[in-house]
Amino acid sequence: MSKSEVDAGDSVHPGKPVIVDRYTLPARINHWITAISLVLLALSGLALFTPALYFLTGLFGGGQLTRIIHPWIGVVLFVSFLGLFFRFFRLNLWEKTDSVWMSRLRDVLAGDENKLPEVGKYNAGQKMVFWSMSLFILVLITSGVVIWDQYFGNYFTIEQKRIAVLIHSATAIVAICVWIVHVYAAIWVRGTIGAMTRGKVTGGWAWRHHRRWLKELVTGKN
Amino acid sequence: MFTPVPNPTTSPVAAKFGQQDLIRRSASSITPPAKRQTEVAKLIDVSKCIGCKACQVACLEWNNLTEEVGVNVGVYDNPHDLTANTWTLMRYTEYENAESGNLEWLIRKDGCMHCEDPGCLKACPAPGAIVQYSNGIVDFDHDKCIGCGYCIKGCPFNIPRISQVDQKAYKCSLCSDRIAVGQGPACQKACPTQAIVFGTKDEMKQWADHRIKDLKSRGFKNAGLYDPPGVGGTHVMYVLQHVDKPQIYAGLPNNPSISPLVEVWKGVTKYVGLAAIGAFAAFGFLHHALAGANRVTEEDEENAERLTEGRR
Repeated sequence: MSKSEVDAGDSVHPGKPVIVDRYTLPARINHWITAISLVLLALSGLALFTPALYFLTGLFGGGQLTRIIHPWIGVVLFVSFLGLFFRFFRLNLWEKTDSVWMSRLRDVLAGDENKLPEVGKYNAGQKMVFWSMSLFILVLITSGVVIWDQYFGNYFTIEQKRIAVLIHSATAIVAICVWIVHVYAAIWVRGTIGAMTRGKVTGGWAWRHHRRWLKELVTGKN
Repeated sequence: MFTPVPNPTTSPVAAKFGQQDLIRRSASSITPPAKRQTEVAKLIDVSKCIGCKACQVACLEWNNLTEEVGVNVGVYDNPHDLTANTWTLMRYTEYENAESGNLEWLIRKDGCMHCEDPGCLKACPAPGAIVQYSNGIVDFDHDKCIGCGYCIKGCPFNIPRISQVDQKAYKCSLCSDRIAVGQGPACQKACPTQAIVFGTKDEMKQWADHRIKDLKSRGFKNAGLYDPPGVGGTHVMYVLQHVDKPQIYAGLPNNPSISPLVEVWKGVTKYVGLAAIGAFAAFGFLHHALAGANRVTEEDEENAERLTEGRR
């Protein structure tokens, strides 16, 4: 364990209960811009993906506006996620203990975290969400440009666009599934959402879920 | 000579087909009418075409379209490709027939083929933006078109074009408005050599047989009808001198069908995709119901307090 598990801005405030700063204000703003973009993209994308959900175009002012606005939200998401990527990638690098954590998914789902290796700032599940979203968003923006006919229609062949639209929709589906895991985990693990709203968690939360991170924060060494 | 569609009466007549005659409607499930109307077809006899472009002009004229003044690059094709305003285009090919030693000038009138199984309609996400009437006409409803360009990906013939003005898709309508009141399409009306004829699909096939016989008697042993089965047949058909080599006619596809990529995208991806999203959401609910919330305990808080106290 050579690398520090602590980000700039993380700190502990002793008391009853202990309060731990987990996300800075800029990180939280960055996260919520990404989150809102992703939800809007999923809704507008699903509207164009299946006739059963076409009614969702009503949220965006109709079919034409949905078609116009979707790629632009995609650009916002891409830039915003790029920010998140550079903020978070260091502590999301994969470690040996993460593989152990993943191999004991049964204990994870049962909430038996004492049976798992002590976790740093991010657990293996969070890291998987981080890296899969990074990959998917890269694939989505690339394939999305290929099918953005209004501006890029002349640069690609029809066959390339057919491949792109298939990749785009399949990747979007998987990304939405990962998003469901991400949101569900935040709800299931109580006390998590405060990390992204007020930027703070309790010491008990950190002790239970990210003990290695808490210990390093307290002792100042890893 | 094929008996042309007679001039219609000038008094108003009711449309012969409408919304009640739809057999397919994009992004919608509809009950097709119990009885199909007689299928119509336009037959384009490439061997009779003199390349005068009267059909192109008639199309612009009837549909109130204006094409931009283009640039001559030394070929007859004008404009260089189909556009949102040019729904039909004469494509000229100089073909050297190795067998006969002749130079053949192949002039194909390109445009929507009005497939029996239309790929554009299959790909379209906007309900009702593309419809197919029971007489075989595939038509775009521009009020409902959202300009996504999916029809372009669905089409095996590379026909629809998105307008740079209103970002909507355009293609030949087979003059559905004229046919609804008993007229033939504008291009057919304007053709001076009867290279374009219009009637029921059966009539057109019979007329094609007659033409093919004639061509064969003149030494075109591979003359035949282009009515590709890969798209269920089309309601615009060609008589070709060399039906065994359709690609020599400015890239007419050899055995067109809807791309498997489009079939997968509009078929299995849709169902598996929605099922996957549903399964993930269901897992969340189920897991929460069975495992309960993962709560921080008093003990956890005390441990954290002890840890931080130890530092002080």
